[in-house]
Amino acid sequence: MADIRVMREDLRPPASPPKRHFISIKDVTRDDVERLLATARTLERSMEREVKKLPTLKGRLVINVFYESSTRTSSSFELAAKRLSADTMSIKSSGSSVDKGESLKDTAITLGAYDPDVIVIRHPQIGAPNLVARVTDAHVVNAGDGKHQHPTQALLDLYTMREELGRLEGLHVAIVGDVLHSRVARSLIQALSLMGAHVTLVGPPALLPRGVEAMGCEATTDISVIGGADVVYVLRMQRERMQEGANYVPSLREYTARWGVTPERLRPGQKVMHPGPMNRGVEIDPRVADHADALIETQVRAGLVTRMAVLYDLLTSGPIEVKTESVFEVA
Amino acid sequence: MLYAKDAAKENVVVRGARVIDPVEGVDAVLDVRIDDGVIAALGQNLDTNAHRVLDAEGLVLAPAFVDTHVHLRTPGREDEETIASGTAAAAAGGYCAILAMPNTDPVVDSAAMLGSLIEAGRTEAEIPVGFLAAITKGQSGAELTEMSELAAAGAVGFSDDGVPVAAPGLMRRALQYGAVTGRRIALHCEERTLSRDGQMHEGEVSAELGFTGYPSVAESLMVERDLALAAYERQPLHLLHLSAWESVQALRRALGDGVQATAEVTPHHLCLTDEAIRSLDPNLKMNPPLRSESDRTALIEGLKDGTIAAIATDHAPHARHEKDVPFEAAPFGVTGLETSFAALYTQLVEPGLIPLDVLLERMSAGPARAYGLDEPRIAVGSAANLVLLDLNASYRITEETFRSRSVNSWLLGETVKGRVCATIASGRLAYAT
Repeated sequence: MADIRVMREDLRPPASPPKRHFISIKDVTRDDVERLLATARTLERSMEREVKKLPTLKGRLVINVFYESSTRTSSSFELAAKRLSADTMSIKSSGSSVDKGESLKDTAITLGAYDPDVIVIRHPQIGAPNLVARVTDAHVVNAGDGKHQHPTQALLDLYTMREELGRLEGLHVAIVGDVLHSRVARSLIQALSLMGAHVTLVGPPALLPRGVEAMGCEATTDISVIGGADVVYVLRMQRERMQEGANYVPSLREYTARWGVTPERLRPGQKVMHPGPMNRGVEIDPRVADHADALIETQVRAGLVTRMAVLYDLLTSGPIEVKTESVFEVA
Repeated sequence: MLYAKDAAKENVVVRGARVIDPVEGVDAVLDVRIDDGVIAALGQNLDTNAHRVLDAEGLVLAPAFVDTHVHLRTPGREDEETIASGTAAAAAGGYCAILAMPNTDPVVDSAAMLGSLIEAGRTEAEIPVGFLAAITKGQSGAELTEMSELAAAGAVGFSDDGVPVAAPGLMRRALQYGAVTGRRIALHCEERTLSRDGQMHEGEVSAELGFTGYPSVAESLMVERDLALAAYERQPLHLLHLSAWESVQALRRALGDGVQATAEVTPHHLCLTDEAIRSLDPNLKMNPPLRSESDRTALIEGLKDGTIAAIATDHAPHARHEKDVPFEAAPFGVTGLETSFAALYTQLVEPGLIPLDVLLERMSAGPARAYGLDEPRIAVGSAANLVLLDLNASYRITEETFRSRSVNSWLLGETVKGRVCATIASGRLAYAT
């Protein structure tokens, strides 16, 4: 993973060694992704054992800082760190000094004083992880910053697609819904095109960001194109991001009628994914969500091992080799 | 309409500089003698007349700059800038006059408020400063200020800068009534139903980064509305900080149709594009936002052909802790008074995008004309408003170099070429290295 681009050279603490972070898909190369996916697969195999804890990150400290509500991301990061024997701490914005108006910078400096090895951060504002990376010495993992990036989600989605379909190169993925407000979509578009997959975005005109094609994808308002995709990736209609009077769509009812993913709009055998949490009956028909071709639970399982892989990779700065199973001694 | 503290007028001879005055058509190595703050002689080997001598060999002497768009943050945010610190920063940037915007806290919308600022200007200002008053009370876009009284009290012009005059009917009344004051009306063009929550230019970069877009049409639609009203009322107006290609096109068309409009552009819009925002540096967040390369090219073209008459910094100081936050949480605005010439010389003149004399004119006579101020001239009998420039000096911009109380500059850490060595404003040596 590349170093993040610091804002200003002279604001950076002097002589700190460059840290690897995972803030954006733009931070990684195709080789990095291949290595992370391979590590995740190795780790998944180790999870088949009866005792699942590995001693790999014993004595390391991973702090999870969540400024937004989250079930799967926060739980999977916490479990990932625990499965690797790291010490973990979870800070939520409510009930912390954030409630008292403490700035992100001051919170980050405070947490940095414990010398964490990794800070995992979710924040409603774009660029929050970059700020944390600038003011602490920890490796920073972005667990979602505003509408910008959610790189570990993209990684777990790649992992799921490859495990299920056997390849990423040449795969055709249709991403359906509210692309405008979706950090999941932004990371996934970049990750898929990095791995040679083909992406088509489908949604209402106002929810397809102007200029998005420059990310290396196609965009259309025509829902019928999803029938031609290998994977249909359904985005959540982010109701909490829909400002009143914004009129992105006239109503959710109309959205569902025109862009809802229903069995009628799918080909038999087409794989369907969703980053969760789902609004059943809005963007995804319950019959689709509960069908065997839906990989939604598989995604959650993949989330654990890919996040373990990310923590492992950042803290051991190198590829993990399958044969050295001795590092996976049961603690 | 301009106010500064009393100071002794200069008696000095500037020796051996390359004197450039694009308006007077001068470009020659000359001595300039200043007697009691007034240019008394231009020529070779001038008698020093017992004045002190400023050896300026190898340097450029030009009419000092005029900045029509500065936020002095006084009253209300004196932690960010004061009249003293802002005018000192301006002097260090080569300016002999600046105009302060009225979007302070409280807003400058009464003669009493304006009077207190003018008083402060007379005691604190290092260089002459003029104050604009608001178009509408509290800049709330509902009721006109008492423009006639404000003009009589010394307002140099009127603006609701920071917010647009949203209602076309009220905008029309402002143009009508503004005419009786003889002062310029300066407009911040933004259709807020289009720019709502916008963080940066809407385009490929905002699509990728996820920021809510602030489309060009949010500006150009308002530019077209205001030009249409100006044409209808046959009244002049000044357009603040243009950023979009479409706005330049609209202005060029209106000027061709005989509309009396002037416009300004900032150094940052001339030097940067939205690509820079990939760094997520909050010191690249401003309103209007940095736009695309084709917009930047159109602004440079407009500046060259005179469609855009003035360069103005939109110097907008912000407290360090307010900018040291994620991009989305940061306030809009960057500083510019102390870096404008160097930035533009480095980014536009050195690469050959605009000639030096055009840059000098657009930073001095152009902005002065837009508000009906005296143009700084290098001519016998003119007040000495001069800037001495070292075009070969290359240096790195750091926080320590600023006289402004704020350091939210987009140029921090950058290396630039072109240094202001001295500024004479209204006959007084206001700055010297």
